[in-house]
Amino acid sequence: MDPVLYSRILTELTLSFHIIYATIGVGVPLMIMLAQWVGIKKNDEHYILLARRWARGFVITVAVGVVTGTAIGLQLSLLWPNFMELAGNVIALPLFMETFAFFFEAIFLGIYLYTWDRFENQKKHFLLLIPVALGASFSAVFITIVNAFMNAPQGFNLVNGELINVNPLVAMFNPAMPTKVAHVVGTAYMTSAFLLAAIAAFRLLRGSNHVYHKKALYLTLKVGFIFSVSAVLVGDLSGKYLAEYQPEKLAAAEWHFETEENAPLILYGVLDDGEVKYAIKIPYALSILAHGSLSAEVVGLDQFPEEDIPPLYIHYLFDIMVTIGMTLMMLSAIYWIGMWRRWSFVESRLFRWLIVAGGPLVFISLEAGWWLAEVGRQPWILRNIMRTSEGATTSGQVPTMLVLFALLYLVLGVGSVVVLRRMFIRNPVEQEIKDRQQERGGDIR
Amino acid sequence: MNIEILGITVLWVFLFGYILIGAIDFGAGFFNAYSLFTGRQRILTNVIQRYLSPVWEVTNVFLVFFFVGIIGFFPKTAFYYGTTLLVPVSFAIILLAVRGSYYAFETYGARGHKGYSFAYGSTGLLLPASLSIVLTISEGGFIEIVNGQPVLDYWKLFTSPLTWSIVVLSIAATLYISSAFLTWYANKAGDHEATHLLRKYALIWAFPTIIAAGGIIFELRKHNPLHYESIQTFWPLFLISLVLFLGTVYLIWRQRHYGVAFSLLIGQFVFAFFGYGASHYPYLLYPYLTIYDSFTNQAMAVALIIAFICGLLLLIPSLYLLLRMFLFNKEYVKGNENHHA
Repeated sequence: MDPVLYSRILTELTLSFHIIYATIGVGVPLMIMLAQWVGIKKNDEHYILLARRWARGFVITVAVGVVTGTAIGLQLSLLWPNFMELAGNVIALPLFMETFAFFFEAIFLGIYLYTWDRFENQKKHFLLLIPVALGASFSAVFITIVNAFMNAPQGFNLVNGELINVNPLVAMFNPAMPTKVAHVVGTAYMTSAFLLAAIAAFRLLRGSNHVYHKKALYLTLKVGFIFSVSAVLVGDLSGKYLAEYQPEKLAAAEWHFETEENAPLILYGVLDDGEVKYAIKIPYALSILAHGSLSAEVVGLDQFPEEDIPPLYIHYLFDIMVTIGMTLMMLSAIYWIGMWRRWSFVESRLFRWLIVAGGPLVFISLEAGWWLAEVGRQPWILRNIMRTSEGATTSGQVPTMLVLFALLYLVLGVGSVVVLRRMFIRNPVEQEIKDRQQERGGDIR
Repeated sequence: MNIEILGITVLWVFLFGYILIGAIDFGAGFFNAYSLFTGRQRILTNVIQRYLSPVWEVTNVFLVFFFVGIIGFFPKTAFYYGTTLLVPVSFAIILLAVRGSYYAFETYGARGHKGYSFAYGSTGLLLPASLSIVLTISEGGFIEIVNGQPVLDYWKLFTSPLTWSIVVLSIAATLYISSAFLTWYANKAGDHEATHLLRKYALIWAFPTIIAAGGIIFELRKHNPLHYESIQTFWPLFLISLVLFLGTVYLIWRQRHYGVAFSLLIGQFVFAFFGYGASHYPYLLYPYLTIYDSFTNQAMAVALIIAFICGLLLLIPSLYLLLRMFLFNKEYVKGNENHHA
């Protein structure tokens, strides 16, 4: 039983599961904030209720995000002790700051949840949400900095196995950091927006024709569009970062074998015995992505020794991520323009089904993106410093733990879905609006 | 005071914070589940849930803070503890995950669901026991270095009386701390029936706690003479702890000043916990690892301490706000207000 292989599988499993809840945890507070803000500004009870109901569902996902985050935090030391010993010396600062961000979020989330209608002035309650959203987003920023460091380590010197000249700030502000942080945070907002849009569209398809869901759909798709555009822009910058600092990752993801000028971008296709087949070649596009110029030379895989090249299947992950991202951007753009120009088909059943499909799709894109990021860094755990196999534990118990954690995630995944369904089915929005109407003497329709 | 001691003291304070509020939290979850199964939920559930609800996530952060901090300040611990603790800590993570998420499932999604309550009540009680194993291992004697890699001897660990004394202490102390706190909280809420029942639990769990604690010191004499000797030099701290314990039990028994009683209890655990920590000095893991040979570089240490101070400036006012709104807010404690989303 190879501890390295099983450590990799267990880490991948934990991260793949955690990232679903973590992304919701980063993105949804922003959506709640926007809804509550619009509600207060327009004095529209529907938006306030939207914020309130999103917050209720959010608590469940946060709980799973918190416990799986604790799991990955500990697993880093349990499965990668040699890596963490080195990382602890150089990149512990953002890890430590992340706990503070998380602390801040936890405290204010507790207060926010239990102070609905406690204040005369609704804006006060809204203010409590700002530290929640900030804490959530900064957690993502700090933890992504650690991941960026693994791709572009700096801020120390290794001399005969001894670490010297450690500079924690230089380590934090590594070249991979700006694009990675922007991409992770931006796509977290994007993912949450498309998830909530899918829920709203689904409710509309399932018989409820309430304006509440239409408002939700309008708000979420607008936000989804903005952040999918940001994802494309940041994606372009990421290409330039990779070309400069991790050319082997870019070349493997794009199946760029020979170093050349005027490099075309390969989309889709399959790899058959080293031959690319059935691919779409966009002339010059890789040169533009990598260096912003039609004729620029792009380094190919021929420049790297075999043992330093990441697995070539990451190209498929790249295709999946980009295709879904682009599709969702188009979908939300069409919806937005359609609503503005009063095209009736954006309110048709077919179009709504497409929005519903965006919910699962955006999560597939998210997973593909993370696998691309992590597998694309192989064979390194810390690029050019430590190979993944050198970082792993030597314990023989990893396979057993893999089984236990797989069961745990099954229980948590199923449990959270069951509870969320139960919460919202038992208390449909129509009923809640009616209840609140009676409470207040009927100032909302 | 040097920077190594400063680092470990900060971490020790946060670990104490986790143990204290974690104990209240886990014990409350257990009493809640127990009351559901014995038909006493009418008496206990309200007061317990009102306390638990706004603070659960904060509890968990104390733990995260501790383990992230220890890797930051003492990176070598990742190698020694990371390699050897795979199994025990994985179990702890699983318990923690079930406890945290099913607590939220029950509270926000399915109030009064017996299965969920039982899931988080029982895992919450086992969690301190599984985490306490780490303290046992730190006493040394269970880890051997084989081919340059530390290896944990499970057979020795689970047949050692020291291990089981610490397990008993962790469970008994959890229930004792929790019931003493909830006695005070219920009394503040003006809920006499609940106060009465919780007071009974506090008195029941007081003695196993102190007996297990005494037992551990006794076991250490055999298991780790070096540490035992060191403990003796700190005897005044442990004596004060014992006196405070007697004070708490007396007040709870005479049914007066529950607030004072709980403060004495905090004092009891502060003295015992810091006495234990000080006597453990300088070892993080007997006999392989001290706080000096595992300490990080100066640049990182300074950066972490600056980050820590800035973080505290943010946290202390926030925590104060949280406590003021829920723990020290009479209307909330009495249950006259319900503003949940």
